[in-house]
Amino acid sequence: MDLLSNLALGFSVAASLENLLFCLIGVILGTLIGVLPGIGATATIAMLLPITFQLEPVSSLIMLAGIYYGAQYGGSTTAILINMPGESSSAVTALDGYQMARRGKAGTALAVAALGSFFAGTVATLLVALFAPPLTAVALQFGAAEYFSLMVLGLVCAVALAHGSFLKALAMVVLGLLLGLAGTDIYTGAPRFTLGLPQLADGFNFVALAVGVFGISEILRNLEHGQGDREVLGQNLGGLFPSRADLRRMVAPMIRGTALGSALGILPGGGAVLAAFGSYTIEKRLSKTPEEFGKGAIEGVAGPESANNAGAQTSFIPLLTLGIPANPVMALMVGAMIIQGIVPGPNVATEQPDLFWGIIASMWIGNLMLIVLNLPLIGIWVRLLKVPYHVLFPIIIAFSSIGVYSVKGNVFDLYAVAAFGLLGYVFLKLRCEPAPLLLGFVLGPLLEENLRRAMILGRGDPTVFLTRPISAGLLVLTLAVIAVMLLPQVRRKREEVFVEED
Amino acid sequence: MRDRSFDPTDIAAGVVFIVLGLAFGLSSLGLEIGTALRMGPGYAPLVLAMVLTLLGVLILLSGLRSRRGEPIGRLAWRGMAVILPAPVLFGLTVRGLGFVPAIFLASLLASMASPRMKPWQALALALAVTVFSTLVFSYALGLPFRRFGPWLPI
Repeated sequence: MDLLSNLALGFSVAASLENLLFCLIGVILGTLIGVLPGIGATATIAMLLPITFQLEPVSSLIMLAGIYYGAQYGGSTTAILINMPGESSSAVTALDGYQMARRGKAGTALAVAALGSFFAGTVATLLVALFAPPLTAVALQFGAAEYFSLMVLGLVCAVALAHGSFLKALAMVVLGLLLGLAGTDIYTGAPRFTLGLPQLADGFNFVALAVGVFGISEILRNLEHGQGDREVLGQNLGGLFPSRADLRRMVAPMIRGTALGSALGILPGGGAVLAAFGSYTIEKRLSKTPEEFGKGAIEGVAGPESANNAGAQTSFIPLLTLGIPANPVMALMVGAMIIQGIVPGPNVATEQPDLFWGIIASMWIGNLMLIVLNLPLIGIWVRLLKVPYHVLFPIIIAFSSIGVYSVKGNVFDLYAVAAFGLLGYVFLKLRCEPAPLLLGFVLGPLLEENLRRAMILGRGDPTVFLTRPISAGLLVLTLAVIAVMLLPQVRRKREEVFVEED
Repeated sequence: MRDRSFDPTDIAAGVVFIVLGLAFGLSSLGLEIGTALRMGPGYAPLVLAMVLTLLGVLILLSGLRSRRGEPIGRLAWRGMAVILPAPVLFGLTVRGLGFVPAIFLASLLASMASPRMKPWQALALALAVTVFSTLVFSYALGLPFRRFGPWLPI
């Protein structure tokens, strides 16, 4: 059985003392970040990215992955206790979780969220292990034309799932692609968009862009309003463990949520968020007591929590098999891999099986650590919720500055952080989502390279994208996504879904 | 807001994208465009810049026709004035003064962002951040920074 031996290899890598330690640091940091207000997982990973470069590639990716799903967990804690989702994907959890907390069932809500996430994490990890190898085999058949078409599909999906206006998200992707092209042209050596600055010969620094656009701009947005004190529920958590009746009510939503989340997580552009909303809608539809939803229905916590965690996990599939990031966090992982000297893509599984399977195994270990850590330590996290915002800003700024500077010891990158921070803030004010920009930035150079290569291989004939079946299929799918997006009913529905979240 | 017939954020966003699109477009004109078979370094940028400009125009138009104008809202002037220069200050001083003073100055500056922070709190916080980062990044992780730089007499 290949799967078993592969998993065994993975666990032997992930269970080494060193990697366990980094996994633990990752999930603790992630939970901390998820609980603390004002900064999301993307910004944190961007900040901590440079620090992990000192580590072995496997350890560094394990730690980054730990931060990612740790933040998902922490985000649900704040959603339940203070009605403030730390991550956009736990926005749905706030709907019923917070109501449960107000009714004195905060402990149960937290436990349900944790159990749901753990169940989903376990299933999704298995799915990643099952589906990654066959997809890798398919991906190895991919030529330049297929890669190009796949990336176009990925970017269009990212736009489709972004919040707010379709046109604005599309414009952000294009802008990201353009920014990604800056630097020296790989074929001719011609400098592009370098503004005559030698520091831009290698293009814009990825970490500086991510920290500026996600971290700094988010701080600025938080500073707009005088920050009111937050009401923290759960001084009295109530019984932590769900009663037998509660357990029975949460099983089916958990399974449905996991299935939905696993499927949508593979989609580029934040499938986890959509999965959580989808699961909530399904549970409400199926429930015999839909009127309970919004007033503390346990199904409304179990379903979406499982869905978003499953989605977070399966979004590793496109990254590990194709080297295509599904969301901004995965884009950062691509950045991390490239800086570590690993070319993300189908070759990772065959050339570095220990890395590939080690990461997969560590996901399950990480999820286990989270449940073991979080339920007993919930009191500490609750206390952390009371940390005032304004204390965090200097800490974040200091760590971001150190992080960005340590990438290359380049002072110029710090000025770029300030510039991208301003740019990100302007776009936030103009209601343009930064996530598509980051995806565009990462994919820009790859997209161009594959386009040029495909055109050379096709002797300048653009039909090369249509005559190769996989490529044509992907492009048809892209058109279908665009067509669906433009349907008036879908447009209205989509706006509703994303408005609900605010 | 109902009586307003345009959306200022969409209009502003449209203008921003048009300006950026034109700027990228103009600067890619200086590059070799090449042909579809052998694309020059300017080919993809030019096409993308044109698309961006076009999208900007579409967003601008939709902003002009919008029925529900939404104001841009408050701007974090104080935040911008303090947060944005903080990494720049770190960058300007890290080589000369060294890592320790630079991180102290940057976090002190950033702590001025909120009016709620009292001066002694800001000082204490900046000090704590400095000590912590020096221990973690410089000693524990061994990042190759000079702790105190040549501008200082020590």
